Amino acid sequence: MSVLLLAEHDNAKTTDATARALSAALQTGKPVDILVAGENCHPAAEAAAALSGVARVILVEDAAYKHGLAEVLADLIVQLGAQHYQTFVAAGTALGKSVMPRVAALFDVMQVTDVSRVVSPTSFERLIYAGNAIQLVEVPQGKTVLTVRVSSFEPVKVGGSAPIETAAAGPAFPRTRFVGESVQQTGRPELTSARVVVSGGRGMGSADNFDALIKPIADRLGAAIGASRAAVDSGFAPNDLQVGQTGKAVAPELYIAVGISGAIQHLAGMKDSKVIVAINKDEEAPIFQIADYGLVGDLFTVLPDLDRALQQQNRVT
Amino acid sequence: MKVLVPVKRVVDFNVKVRVRPDGSGVDLANVKMSMNPFDEIAVEQAIRFKEQGKASEIVVVSVGPKETNETLRTALAMGADRGIHVLASGPVEPLAVAKILARIVGDEAPKLVIVGKQAIDDDCNQTGQMLAGLLRWPQATFASKADVSESTVTVTREIDGGLQTLALDLPAVVTCDLRLNEPRYASLPNIMKAKKKPIAETTPEALGVDIAPRLKISRTFEPPARSGGRKVASVAELAQLVRDHVGV
Ligand SMILES: Cc1cc2nc3c(=O)[nH]c(=O)nc-3n(C[C@H](O)[C@H](O)[C@H](O)COP(=O)(O)OP(=O)(O)OC[C@H]3O[C@@H](n4cnc5c(N)ncnc54)[C@H](O)[C@@H]3O)c2cc1C
Ligand SMILES: Nc1ncnc2c1ncn2[C@@H]1O[C@H](COP(=O)(O)O)[C@@H](O)[C@H]1O
Repeated sequence: MSVLLLAEHDNAKTTDATARALSAALQTGKPVDILVAGENCHPAAEAAAALSGVARVILVEDAAYKHGLAEVLADLIVQLGAQHYQTFVAAGTALGKSVMPRVAALFDVMQVTDVSRVVSPTSFERLIYAGNAIQLVEVPQGKTVLTVRVSSFEPVKVGGSAPIETAAAGPAFPRTRFVGESVQQTGRPELTSARVVVSGGRGMGSADNFDALIKPIADRLGAAIGASRAAVDSGFAPNDLQVGQTGKAVAPELYIAVGISGAIQHLAGMKDSKVIVAINKDEEAPIFQIADYGLVGDLFTVLPDLDRALQQQNRVT
Repeated sequence: MKVLVPVKRVVDFNVKVRVRPDGSGVDLANVKMSMNPFDEIAVEQAIRFKEQGKASEIVVVSVGPKETNETLRTALAMGADRGIHVLASGPVEPLAVAKILARIVGDEAPKLVIVGKQAIDDDCNQTGQMLAGLLRWPQATFASKADVSESTVTVTREIDGGLQTLALDLPAVVTCDLRLNEPRYASLPNIMKAKKKPIAETTPEALGVDIAPRLKISRTFEPPARSGGRKVASVAELAQLVRDHVGV
């Protein structure tokens, strides 16, 4: 039986996280259908249909799905899936994490959270204890519900042309109502898909410093910006930039940690990065133990100097 | 309004756990245990609702071995009113915890359940959503702000890209994120007072819940170690390395 993947989209296109979760879903070796639910989201369904390897796109258009509320999405997935699907997958984003455990409970099965490797259609690896251990988990016969650690999978490329089929909406859930949203469009690459991430920690000292010192370097490198929990808690950076055990997991080509000590909760979110650079004034900071290149120094002089040095190198080439 | 807060006893967040060489799991002998940090936030939120005159009683529940009693005492010392200890040895999966909680909700009839978003041992992030699903209640995950009235809870949630606000009709389940509040420490007088607060004991069997695990953990192992530690001497050298790795 096939796999149903819950797409995340902005009505126009599906997210990079969806393309990565699709990679994981395809590794089960079974046909994968993508569910695109929303209001006026036909373009997103077309984008999903263009992802390589997709068997079918199931399009459900209804105002109930406009804001990605877990209650209606879970009921819809159960309605579509009870007969026709065995495995249910979503990216381990705020959306997937809200919807899929509810789906699992309705099917009376456990979910496998944040799968980092698909070993077989019924066995998966996942991280526990802030990434200090990896478990190999076997799921029993029956329905399988997974969320995917998106940084562990490459996104599927475009190149397909799956058929789009429409399906009817599921039951309404009026006891939960959308009130409002404040979502920032930064124009930067997404944190979980960027090739380069520059992250700031408590050492940045203030939101103004964070902006004045991190942003220019990120701009120069075409990088996404990340932050430690301490930086987010102090209001230096918005909540969705938190990298770590309880924030986002990233695995870029290059991760630059500035004024971050390297607590295990932070490392859990970035130690799969290909190359790690750390800038910290404390040479004993734990971040240096895992950094490929460490520079001991005061970030308030190092970052402006680094920015100038990168600028000059740009001119030379 | 009664508020129910499930709290889990977990390895303290400062401990770096070690994996047993035989692959059978994580070594938990003589390791410091604490209340799951997200559950401290949940307890704190319930206490604030009570201080605001919005909650009347706070019941804390924990599923775990006999030592879990200490975790419940900690919650009582913070300001919860009474505890329910569901005795179970060995790990209990989120689905089974959610079923146990659903039974207790049936008995206690709380208007609001405040759960941590994630237990920092299994990192599952499932229990609250599962409980809401089993009860067919509204849910708001990853709360960074919550306000409750007689009939609704209004929650601001941390989502990708920013924040979202939802209004849920009660009864409902809310799961807490880090920025919801800063939990208080229990004062010495309150620790003393907590010793007299009641903790009822029950078992999964008495509640009619089968806690046999659904997932089989066939092996637990350490992630590959990184070989870091190299220091660079100058910003110029760092800039060159950065350039080599990104091609700018
Ligand atoms: C339940 C729970 C979940 C958590 N989840 C996460 C998570 O997902 N992500 C996360 O990041 N953390 C998380 N944490 C928090 C984590 O334990 C650490 O507290 C946090 O990562 C520390 O952030 P930091 O490194 O920015 O701050 P600090 O540990 O305070 O380090 C600041 C660093 O900046 C350096 N510094 C200061 N000034 C300068 C300067 N002028 N120049 C150069 N360097 C300077 C200092 O030497 C220091 O090393 C969690 C904690 C708990 C309990
Ligand atoms: N054994 C347990 N006893 C009480 N509450 C629990 C237990 N396990 C999980 N919870 C609650 O569910 C939340 C999420 O846990 P998890 O789904 O395991 O990440 C925790 O923060 C607790 O509030």
